[in-house]
Amino acid sequence: MSKLFPSLEDALRHCGLRDGMTLSFHHHLRNGDGVLNIALAEAARLGIRDLTLQASSLFDVHAPLIDHIKSGVVTGIETNYMSSGIGRAISRGVLKKPVRFRSHGGRADAIDSGRVQIDIAVIAAPAADCMGNANGLHGPAACGSLGYAMPDALHAKHVIVVTDHIVPYPLMPASIEEITVDCVVQVPSIGDPKGIVSGTTQITRDPVALAISRMAAQVIQHSGLLKEGFSFQTGAGGASLAVTQYLRPLMRQLQITGSFGLGGITGYLVDMLQEGYFRTLMDVQCFDLKAVESIRDNPLHQQISATRYASPSAKSTAVNSLDVVVLGATEIDTHFNVNVHTDSNGQIMGGSGGHSDTAAGAKLSMIVAPLFRARLPIVVDQVLCNSTPGHTVDVLVTQRGIAVNPLRADLNQALRDARLPVYPIEELKQMAQRITGTPHTARPRGRVVAEVEYRDGSLLDTIRAVD
Amino acid sequence: MKIVREAIAGTLESNDVFVRVSPADKGLNIQVQSIVLGQFGAQIEQAARQTAQMLGVQNAVLSLDDRGAIDCTIRARVETALLRGAEVQA
Amino acid sequence: MMRSMLFVPGNSAGMLLNADVHGADGLILDLEDAVAPGEKDAARRLVQGAVQTLGFPGATLIIRINPLGTPYVEEDIARMVPLKPHLLMPTKVASAEDVTAISTLVAQAEQKTGLPQNTVGLIPLLETAQGIEHALEIARSDPRVKALFLGAEDLSSDLQAVRSKEGAEIAYARGRIVMAARAAGIDVYDTPFTDVNDDDGLQQDAALARALGFTGKAAISPRHVAGINAAFTPSPGEISYAREVLAVIEEGERLGKGAVSLRGKMIDKPIVDRARKVLQTAVLLGLERGAL
Repeated sequence: MSKLFPSLEDALRHCGLRDGMTLSFHHHLRNGDGVLNIALAEAARLGIRDLTLQASSLFDVHAPLIDHIKSGVVTGIETNYMSSGIGRAISRGVLKKPVRFRSHGGRADAIDSGRVQIDIAVIAAPAADCMGNANGLHGPAACGSLGYAMPDALHAKHVIVVTDHIVPYPLMPASIEEITVDCVVQVPSIGDPKGIVSGTTQITRDPVALAISRMAAQVIQHSGLLKEGFSFQTGAGGASLAVTQYLRPLMRQLQITGSFGLGGITGYLVDMLQEGYFRTLMDVQCFDLKAVESIRDNPLHQQISATRYASPSAKSTAVNSLDVVVLGATEIDTHFNVNVHTDSNGQIMGGSGGHSDTAAGAKLSMIVAPLFRARLPIVVDQVLCNSTPGHTVDVLVTQRGIAVNPLRADLNQALRDARLPVYPIEELKQMAQRITGTPHTARPRGRVVAEVEYRDGSLLDTIRAVD
Repeated sequence: MKIVREAIAGTLESNDVFVRVSPADKGLNIQVQSIVLGQFGAQIEQAARQTAQMLGVQNAVLSLDDRGAIDCTIRARVETALLRGAEVQA
Repeated sequence: MMRSMLFVPGNSAGMLLNADVHGADGLILDLEDAVAPGEKDAARRLVQGAVQTLGFPGATLIIRINPLGTPYVEEDIARMVPLKPHLLMPTKVASAEDVTAISTLVAQAEQKTGLPQNTVGLIPLLETAQGIEHALEIARSDPRVKALFLGAEDLSSDLQAVRSKEGAEIAYARGRIVMAARAAGIDVYDTPFTDVNDDDGLQQDAALARALGFTGKAAISPRHVAGINAAFTPSPGEISYAREVLAVIEEGERLGKGAVSLRGKMIDKPIVDRARKVLQTAVLLGLERGAL
């Protein structure tokens, strides 16, 4: 028996592709992904219409999607993140039905619980065997973890594994197991490795970002959480990753070993694992080649599913055991609500990803951002989009001061005792505006082009069209 | 003060503004491009206009390409460009 | 007292905007080498606007001006003095006469602005063989002179020496400038370390500067500020030793003892003076409570 199909068309036909279905995709190949485009092109060629796209994230490489929307092949999009190229088109109203935004944990739960039904999961697999066992560890498009594809594989009615690297049965280890897979298709290439992962993620050299991350490390130092068994997650960008650089000497000084590093994993966290700063890494997404090599070779660096990462309905998840998460923001308001979906004009350029999940789960959720970007103050009266509710955000760290959520009087006191520059968040807003002037904010008033669903399934906010 | 030649000041770096002035016959013509036009367009124009008026420049074309400069930077760059384009070097 | 002085290019709007977030005790807004000859006018106005708007309240404000003999120096002084910087940094200062010439211009600008005499101090940059050889007369030349600052790059070139990380070629200049400043009772600052990617090298260089007697050290990159501050901050060990020394001395005075010792070592006046200095610095930096 073999599940190998000669073409994606054959596999899609075998799975009964027809109008109105929901197709799912993962984003482990990030801006190098070729599979989503191939699959939609195939559906378009077959004359299929009215598809709903259930994608864990969308990147600018997926721009052909815009034409499939215009031609009616795709009429619905549900995703956790959308980069600015796609976001611009959505913000201008190209899609009639509002996009449904979720968080990584919220999406996993929606799929696990059956709130979201997937007809066909098309899973890009850097390596697979003829029965559909698949992983991201080998092959020209190796991407490491396949954590975001796991709920799709488990619950979709049909699963197609698309690979450019067939290996003899049985592939080990299998991130996607054959028990869920209907079809395997070999294509010349599933994506461009250059867009998938970089060599190593470099820590920023921007001195302002470094000033922010130095202050952020001091906040962690005095939070009471930096002790034996410390667990930590940070993004790969700007000031977030740089926090790690300042944590390292503190952990060495205190002679503590962290229990785990979580999330999107970079080479920098891999170094810390190898040097004994952390006992383990839990990896739902690899950000660079060093992370890919490590997850392949080091048994203490393990892949976890999106469900185990952050599902709100699971009996427990990794984010529930997380001490500190360092997150970014385009805006934060005086009630600590954070916007990561739109830019300051209200145009879509991001999404939750794991932002609201980790903020809800971690003992200390910290936003790091410059006090103003270009001329725009980071603290506003009301965010243009509420991506992460303020009651789950503990502290804002900027280069000129720190604001602690009034819900965290304990933290406020600890940071003041440490003589860190703590201000009411209103004061940070005014401090910025004394330098920048008061911005005129115009909230977009067009029709609703996207809805932001909180991780528990409730509607958190809506995003309106920009002219 | 009279603008007699084309002149430039500033840069296209982040937080700066690139200003170009040229002679004109009647009035101040101020053109603003900015990455924060929606939020600060009016303030940028006002800063440029006040600077020109303070220097007694009545006729000029001023074009600003703004990369998020704060008010004092806009004033400094506009003043520099105007003085460079004026009859008397300062 | 400054441990670190950070250079900030005078014509960079972005760097001026965030000059004071890197933890430097002093900021040197630079109108000289960091600004191209055709941009001096632009830089003056940018610095003017930045100082008036941002103020940099937490830092000692220093403005580096162009040397005597250039067409910029008079305009630099006339426009910068009204901003009331703590210090102006004249460059290529070679003699007491240079300081007098600068000081006269500063005095005129103060008068014109209606500022009290000697509002603005001077920290001459010595970066020529002449300047180093005249360090003592420069230090004593004018009450405005609050500190001396060594510039090793131009000096090495003037000496026809090869500039090195280890700094053997500037050993004499370092010794000489510290000697002169201390003899005149003023502060003295070391040349910046120029490799922004060599953190270990910076630490060694800053530790050496402190050991030689410098008050602090300049930085050409924000990345160097934390390392310099650390090198010029008394360590917890130094502070507790200083406390012990003073306690032993008090005890000795109370008992009317002529000579006292701590851990078998005679505590003489230099040791006591050094201990007082360490505690004074610690209080200034907020590491110790107490009066100065």
